[in-house]
Amino acid sequence: MEFLSYLISGISLGSVYAIIALGYTMVYGIAKMLNFAHGDVIMVGGYISFCAVSYLGLPGWLSVLLAMAVCTVLGVVIEGLAYRPLRQATSLAVLITAIGVSYFLQNAALLIWGASPKGYTPVVSGQLPLFGGRLTISYVTLLTVGACIVIMIALTLFTGKTKMGKAMRACSENKAAAQLMGINVNRTISLTFAIGSALAAVAGVLLCSFSTSLMPTTGSMPGIKAFTAAVFGGIGSIPGAFLGGILLGIIESLAKAYISTQLANAILFAVLIVVLLVKPSGLLGKYVPEKV
Amino acid sequence: MGRAERPRTKLVPVPATNFIPERDVDKSPILEARHLGIDFGGLTAVNEFDMAIGRTEIAGLIGPNGAGKTTVFNLLTKVYQPTRGTILLDGVDTAGKTTVQVNKMGIARTFQNIRLFNNLSVEDNVKIGLHNHIKYGMWQGIFRLPGYWKEEKIAHDRAMELLSIFDMQDLASHQAGSLPYGAQRRLEIVRALATNPSLLLLDEPAAGMNPSETAELMDNIVKIRDTFQIAVLLIEHDMSLVMGICEGICVLNFGQIIAKGTPDEIRNNPEVIKAYLGTKGEE
Amino acid sequence: MKKNMGRLGRLKKTTKVDFATYLGVTAAFIVVSMLRDQGVLTRSLTGMLVPICCYIVMAVSLNLTVGILGELSLGHAGFMSVGAFTGVITAMSLQSAIPFAPVRLAVAMIVGALFAGVAGLIVGVPVLRLRGDYLAIVTLAFGEIIKELINCLLVGYDAKGLHIAFNISGSLTIDDLNMAEGGIAIIKGAQGATGTTTIASFGAGFVLIMLSLVIILNLVRSRSGRAIMALRDNRIAAESVGINITKYKLMAFITSAALAGAAGALYGLNYSNLAASKFDFNTSILVLVYVVLGGLGNIWGSIIAAAVLYILPEALREFSDYRMLVYAIVLILVMLATNNPTIKGLFARLREKLTRGRKAEAKGGGR
Repeated sequence: MEFLSYLISGISLGSVYAIIALGYTMVYGIAKMLNFAHGDVIMVGGYISFCAVSYLGLPGWLSVLLAMAVCTVLGVVIEGLAYRPLRQATSLAVLITAIGVSYFLQNAALLIWGASPKGYTPVVSGQLPLFGGRLTISYVTLLTVGACIVIMIALTLFTGKTKMGKAMRACSENKAAAQLMGINVNRTISLTFAIGSALAAVAGVLLCSFSTSLMPTTGSMPGIKAFTAAVFGGIGSIPGAFLGGILLGIIESLAKAYISTQLANAILFAVLIVVLLVKPSGLLGKYVPEKV
Repeated sequence: MGRAERPRTKLVPVPATNFIPERDVDKSPILEARHLGIDFGGLTAVNEFDMAIGRTEIAGLIGPNGAGKTTVFNLLTKVYQPTRGTILLDGVDTAGKTTVQVNKMGIARTFQNIRLFNNLSVEDNVKIGLHNHIKYGMWQGIFRLPGYWKEEKIAHDRAMELLSIFDMQDLASHQAGSLPYGAQRRLEIVRALATNPSLLLLDEPAAGMNPSETAELMDNIVKIRDTFQIAVLLIEHDMSLVMGICEGICVLNFGQIIAKGTPDEIRNNPEVIKAYLGTKGEE
Repeated sequence: MKKNMGRLGRLKKTTKVDFATYLGVTAAFIVVSMLRDQGVLTRSLTGMLVPICCYIVMAVSLNLTVGILGELSLGHAGFMSVGAFTGVITAMSLQSAIPFAPVRLAVAMIVGALFAGVAGLIVGVPVLRLRGDYLAIVTLAFGEIIKELINCLLVGYDAKGLHIAFNISGSLTIDDLNMAEGGIAIIKGAQGATGTTTIASFGAGFVLIMLSLVIILNLVRSRSGRAIMALRDNRIAAESVGINITKYKLMAFITSAALAGAAGALYGLNYSNLAASKFDFNTSILVLVYVVLGGLGNIWGSIIAAAVLYILPEALREFSDYRMLVYAIVLILVMLATNNPTIKGLFARLREKLTRGRKAEAKGGGR
């Protein structure tokens, strides 16, 4: 029963990672960049929701929508101002710019909201008792897992069935060719950042609902772990990001419970390394050999 | 320098299905491929490829686009490991060897889409080709011990000597990536020669060159063969070059050899004409 | 005649740049030492001298991996961390054996470099098989693993020698090392190294920078360095001319790690308290920013970028709370200015105009 509760908390943590990883993997797939600022968008989402509830007195669900809206705009603005001018630049230049954006967001948050952690009230509270109370599942957990599955399915349908989704896949394969086919590449990339950032906002709210505290650096580590999850599952692959996120959450939760709290992250990263050595393109990624 | 005289070499059979020039007949072939083949996924890219090259032969590999010519080069240099068949280099089986090992055994190549070390100087490109012939280690280099100065001097002189084949000494300090196209192709050949090969593979050496440049290249390929006494296998679409300097030609279509022989035999081979021009029935 | 001129000119150019780098660093060292002795430098600036030296070596060594070898590494701080803690352990245990601090510092830095080099080998063998961003994320992962492992480390020293415990459960304390009377605790788990005798000096930092420069610049101009750059420019072509990929990748990676280790040892012996969390991925990224802004493969660029950017937040002090925000904006603007084709083209045209003007002038003068 103990194991089951660790497993459940792993799955719910993993669902948060998966939601972030889904956004990350889409952005990476299309922009081919390590968007280090993604984690900080999560943090911004958390703060917006926090402010909406604490200062404006809005209900939780509305604060989520507000956070999504703000983060969507933020994502599009970041892409337009910082990344779009560097479309032809080396990936390293874009990476450093992303780091700059990350510093910017963290320090802006520090100025606005201060360094001390804010107490975050979960958007939903309460628990569902199972097996006569021997096992409880919080509603936040149910909400997280549910949201994650819905988002995964919606994204799969969107990229597979809709015209915009197909344009996205075309851009991630070959931007020049997509442009020649009449696809507006810039608009497609903006849309991808919009979706990724909206997902980051959702993830931010859920993350804060679990940890119940909020700091300017809150998004940093989850952002990196989510990226790890995306790589783990095979970057660019939507089911891969989902699988990678869930597995990472479970590994982290079980490692904390049974091996060592201090070494949980080390174990998690060690698993990533082993997986990449066995399957260099991740669990569900496809290997593209270099053409000679 | 006049145009290279079209060679009229008589071909003789080696073991049974392969041919090398008569003058090389007392020696074994430098390269022999037997039943060579590779599949990508379910697709057979090259199949039943048999070829022998004499020690001082200039051989040609021709065929329509997508026939599998570059794939053959990649098989010979172990960029791909063959699915079937054997490659004997100077009688030694290269099965399980890597690209690096095969180069050390004596195969050097150029690439269809030029692959130079673009940010380095022309001289450094050649010196990288000489890498395995320069004898000093990391620490000697870091502390600039006498071995460093001695070997670097030898390498410099050798690089200049090799560059002089194409009269490129003046370009030694230029950045390789900034050279004009033709000079880049020539530099690739020099770099390959620097590894001291016994078989030189040239992938479309005349691509993008004008007729006079091509004529000069033909002379130079013959000159390289004569000076270094090595075999050359080249892929080329320019028929004047292939017919002009190749002694044995192998024609590939859809990954299969459809003809082998002297330039004259190939020119008149109906299968080859069909592969290049198509037949009325197909259109 | 023209040929000879060209060759001479080129030889001169690379040796000139190298020579200027050595000279510039030496001059900067002498000037800064003098200013310090005159009491011109502020206290906070004086305190930054050793860390600046460490970060210069970090940037120069990371440039070997990122700029010269062309592989993105996000775990460089991990090697610094290995060097720092092995260096501190060495220096603290040798306190009675080698009473003369500079020699003890040198030994600590060598030990730090060796251990970091071994860590580089352990990390490099699996990691260097991967490419591009995958390699980046795995180096980041290794950096984090190293950090967490050191966080679990308990090390003490007494008359019987070193006592080491690995605190997986988190329940052990330094008393569990069972040290004899008079034993000292060197590393206390997540607290890190405490009570370290600080023996690092600006002079040692200068020597380390010079040594790193000699190693890296001479390596780059040698046979091995050419092979490393060949891998960066075109891996497939490098293989085709018989260059052993693994060997040279590892050579660059291990050299880079070992230098980071030496820098780490110096850094660790500059502070009496030092936690492993100091060397997290943010530190790796900080050093990467120095390298990219200084210019990939440009060694003196790394030196200047590291020195300037390390001092910059200090210099922005008048902006107080806004300084890191300003830093971030400056970083983004610099990246945009140096990498956007439109802006770059503008600079190129400007330069062309200038040089053309100068050429015309020279011609006119000649007649």
